[in-house]
Amino acid sequence: MADKKNSLFGELTKGIIKENPTLVMLLGMCPTLAVTTQAMNGIGMGLATTFVLLGSNIVISALRKVIPDKVRIPAFIVIIASFVTLIGFLLEGFVPSLYDSLGIYLTLITVNCIIFGRAEMFASKNNVIASAFDAIGMGIGFTLALFLMGSIREIIGAGQWMGMDIPVMHSNPMLLFIMPAGGFFTLGCIIAAVNKLKNKKPPQELSCGGCEGCPMAEKCGTKESDK
Amino acid sequence: MNRLIVSPSPHDENYLKTSTIMLNVIIALMPALIVGCVYFGLRALLLTAVCVGSCVLFEFLTRKLMKRENTIGDLSAVVTGVILAMNLPSTLPLWMAVIGSFVAIVVVKQLFGGIGQNFANPAITARIVLMVSFPAAMTRWVEPFTHEAVDAVSGATPLVLDSFRGTTDEILMPSYLDLFLGKTGGCLGETCALALLIGGLYLAVRKIINLAAPLSFIGSLFVLTWVSGGDPVYQILAGGVFLGAFFMATDYATTPISTKGKIVFGLGCGLITFVIRRFGSFPEGVSFSILLMNVLTPYIEQLTRTKVLGAKEAEKNE
Repeated sequence: MADKKNSLFGELTKGIIKENPTLVMLLGMCPTLAVTTQAMNGIGMGLATTFVLLGSNIVISALRKVIPDKVRIPAFIVIIASFVTLIGFLLEGFVPSLYDSLGIYLTLITVNCIIFGRAEMFASKNNVIASAFDAIGMGIGFTLALFLMGSIREIIGAGQWMGMDIPVMHSNPMLLFIMPAGGFFTLGCIIAAVNKLKNKKPPQELSCGGCEGCPMAEKCGTKESDK
Repeated sequence: MNRLIVSPSPHDENYLKTSTIMLNVIIALMPALIVGCVYFGLRALLLTAVCVGSCVLFEFLTRKLMKRENTIGDLSAVVTGVILAMNLPSTLPLWMAVIGSFVAIVVVKQLFGGIGQNFANPAITARIVLMVSFPAAMTRWVEPFTHEAVDAVSGATPLVLDSFRGTTDEILMPSYLDLFLGKTGGCLGETCALALLIGGLYLAVRKIINLAAPLSFIGSLFVLTWVSGGDPVYQILAGGVFLGAFFMATDYATTPISTKGKIVFGLGCGLITFVIRRFGSFPEGVSFSILLMNVLTPYIEQLTRTKVLGAKEAEKNE
């Protein structure tokens, strides 16, 4: 029982740093770069995606034995699209300003790689509870990443944070950061930082047959253990 | 014990050191810098000092932080600092210049591995980052010789004034002589075509640079403007064409190696500059054109690869 609890907790936390969907697996780059001009947008996008992810993961996991393997992608799309329509109407009704600023990217959650990735890699192979925990963990990871990016871009690029003016930064914002180029730059820096945090040495793939009998073995930087 | 050093050629290590090249570039930049300081006052000198100082400091700090050997001795950071300063209006707040130096040295140069590894010209990229980030401060031009008055007279650059052609404001446009001597508003080192020409020719005589890229750059801009019915002399003398052509389109690391490649590079720069000036929303396109061609350089290199003497045609579908 304890073991089971542990693994569920593991499913929840792995999405935050170790397998962070945006910063480690590099999924869902499109909304990440497009909507993170403000911290608030980042949170909104993250939470909307988390909701869809949670719903689709649970339903797909529950139906995983019913859905035939050959038509799983269309089936996943129908399920995901239903939840996206739902959240779209909810946001339009209750938070119209957020709905406006997310724009097309809200409906594009349907084809977000994170949701597809989790459906394909996790929900279609695991039970409902594990899938729900996985969805929440991934959603939190995604939301945190977007919030971090949005904050950095808003503070430097607009001199504001969550809509509030920041005294010194506000008079001379560095407009580059709220432009697309600044988005790529911020993302690159964050990914670099997360890589540093995650493991001192990024995993290297051995493209050769191994060190045995290799004449370059001594000078070669990669180790057999990295394989 | 092993005193025999086996190394690939060239064996004469004193042949042409990086620091010698860079020193020559600094000497070549001096006329334009001095003219800039005469026109725009001590503020221009201060801005240059800040740029050079912060560039060298950033170079030193990043190398230290990355645990790589120290490279400030090769003077490349000094050159970057001077060229960056020459690309800025003299009124720019000093902290913005420091941000520019950070972008040039840390982001563009050191993150890609330091001197010789950068794919884009550090100074030009820094200028573009500043231009995009602080459009108001980067276009606050002053007229030469007015800096000692209480309020420096702000003035438009010749390229902005070019749009007045045919209107009643045509009288504001500088004459060819003023343009050639640089008595117009603009970045502190780009206005005086004469001084830049002297510097460029000095480098060419010392065989530091090859004139293929500058000549094809200026030439293609001239021809395109002429064909399209503009004023070609005005267009090549105004703005940053000379500074860009002689000092940035000739950078070793970011432009093609072969002469044929350099010509293609220059033609591309001329074409993009012309298109931006004529149809774009920015009045000046030199910096964008050089950056875009920097990005294309590996492809130009591939297409203009010279055949090695005596080499056989490489077999296809290896």
